[in-house]
Amino acid sequence: MSLKAKLTVLAIVAALFVCFFMFQGIGSNWDYVLPSRGKKVLAMVVTGASIAIATIIFQTLTNNRILTPSIIGLDSLYMLIQTVIIFVLGSQSLTMIDKNINFLLTVTIMMGFAFLLYQFLFRGEGRNIYFLLLIGLIFGTFFESLSSFMQVLIDPNEFQIVQDQMFASFNNIHTELLVLSIAGFGVTLWYLKPFAKYLDVLSLGKEHAVSLGVSYDYVVNRLLLIVVVLISISTALVGPITFLGLLVANVGHEFLKTYRHKSLITGTILISVIALVGGQVIVERLFTFTTTLSVIINFIGGVYFLYLLLKENKTW
Amino acid sequence: MVKVKNIFKQYAEKSVVENVSVSIEKGKITTFIGPNGAGKSTLLSMVSRLISKDSGEVLIDNQEVAQTPSKELAKKISILKQSNYLNIRLTVKDLVSFGRFPYSQGKLTDEDWDFINEAISYMELEKMEDAFLDQLSGGQRQRAFIAMVIAQNTEYILLDEPLNNLDMRHSVQIMKVLRQLVDDLGKTVILVVHDINFASCYSDYIVAMKHGKVVKEGRTDEIINRDVLKDIYDMDMTIQQINQRKICVYF
Repeated sequence: MSLKAKLTVLAIVAALFVCFFMFQGIGSNWDYVLPSRGKKVLAMVVTGASIAIATIIFQTLTNNRILTPSIIGLDSLYMLIQTVIIFVLGSQSLTMIDKNINFLLTVTIMMGFAFLLYQFLFRGEGRNIYFLLLIGLIFGTFFESLSSFMQVLIDPNEFQIVQDQMFASFNNIHTELLVLSIAGFGVTLWYLKPFAKYLDVLSLGKEHAVSLGVSYDYVVNRLLLIVVVLISISTALVGPITFLGLLVANVGHEFLKTYRHKSLITGTILISVIALVGGQVIVERLFTFTTTLSVIINFIGGVYFLYLLLKENKTW
Repeated sequence: MVKVKNIFKQYAEKSVVENVSVSIEKGKITTFIGPNGAGKSTLLSMVSRLISKDSGEVLIDNQEVAQTPSKELAKKISILKQSNYLNIRLTVKDLVSFGRFPYSQGKLTDEDWDFINEAISYMELEKMEDAFLDQLSGGQRQRAFIAMVIAQNTEYILLDEPLNNLDMRHSVQIMKVLRQLVDDLGKTVILVVHDINFASCYSDYIVAMKHGKVVKEGRTDEIINRDVLKDIYDMDMTIQQINQRKICVYF
């Protein structure tokens, strides 16, 4: 199958899933059901696309196919922010109830954290991207421990609310948040455009990229910033889905078998949408909301991750 | 002309390259020799901006490397390091086409394709241009990487141990190609080689390094000399003239 045919197949499958999700068992209440489902689909597309793009870029920068951006501690930071808000202000506070404030606060803190991390890292010479990952990993663990510490101290009822935030869910999307996320996503894509051409060259590794005239530090810095913004947006919108990126990026590589990022990213976005919408159909129709999408994605992703680790002898 | 002036590089208090100054002439093959840890690769990496220098100057055609935009430098100087492990799966043609990135920024024109095909035929890779790199032997893969550098069409070509892990036949083949690049196309080739006899047979100039310093530099027949080599390698060598070539026997 040619690359174009593969992309077309993915697009058709994604469209079918979306249609099924939108129109299955719709009944007579179109005015209510369609906008409500439409919002969910939009949220899934934004989240799926953000995570797909961020993971592919991140894996290209690190030249590693089993890493996801969550390794620099963004997921744990999100949980820490939510826990701190409930710990300090309580679940009835304005920031917890008003999702807009929560969203903006979360995105700002996450980006601020990443910015500080980069500032600290890229100032000195000889500090490479692996150093950044290591520091991120340590921070991530630190945030996690801090969250658990606060979680055991708070009232069990409040903990329920924290627990809710731990898993990504598309069941309760707010329209205002969606508008903000889409706007943020759009701006990020526009910012990514001039850097996109470097992605193919960067996948050759640092030395070849420099020899071919890429201003390595500058470009990598910008691309990492884009990764953080995309992850922040998707996490603040629906919550952390750690394994989605890993799952879709690797399926993308396996299925498309190309190094060209234009096709790779397009295909991975489509796979991501298929995974999310398909997963949501299973959650709603099969499990009738007894579980959340992120549980399913993390389960499948986790199994796939083990499979990847075991078969790492053949790389694509 | 590449001019290196008083260049220094330290890693955690240990100097790797210490006050090195060399001038490398255009249109010649200049080979860096010396024992392991002499700082040859580090010097090459600094000249090609892969790593930064602590102090000193590197001038390429009278332009300081640190102040020239990377994109412009990529049209003037290219480097190939000794390990060329790739994380992605590429065909020979894909790899060679990356050599045109400084000119095309990813959108290949007809002119770019002319360069790519020329580079592939120059390295005699036509038969395997659609083969994946991981299906090739070490020598073929090395030729593919050199083809990429040829497609990049830079005046200066830097190669860090291009003969690493190659058998004699492939080594000779690669050295002959480098000779042709210099003699036919007027390129300037700068390389690090460990086999002293390859340096002796194919280079115009030799720069000998030891402990981060240049011990001796000059035309090949001045350096391939019993006393000089003893000083560099701490080894007694017999030098014999065979077919007008100086061959060192050190076994």
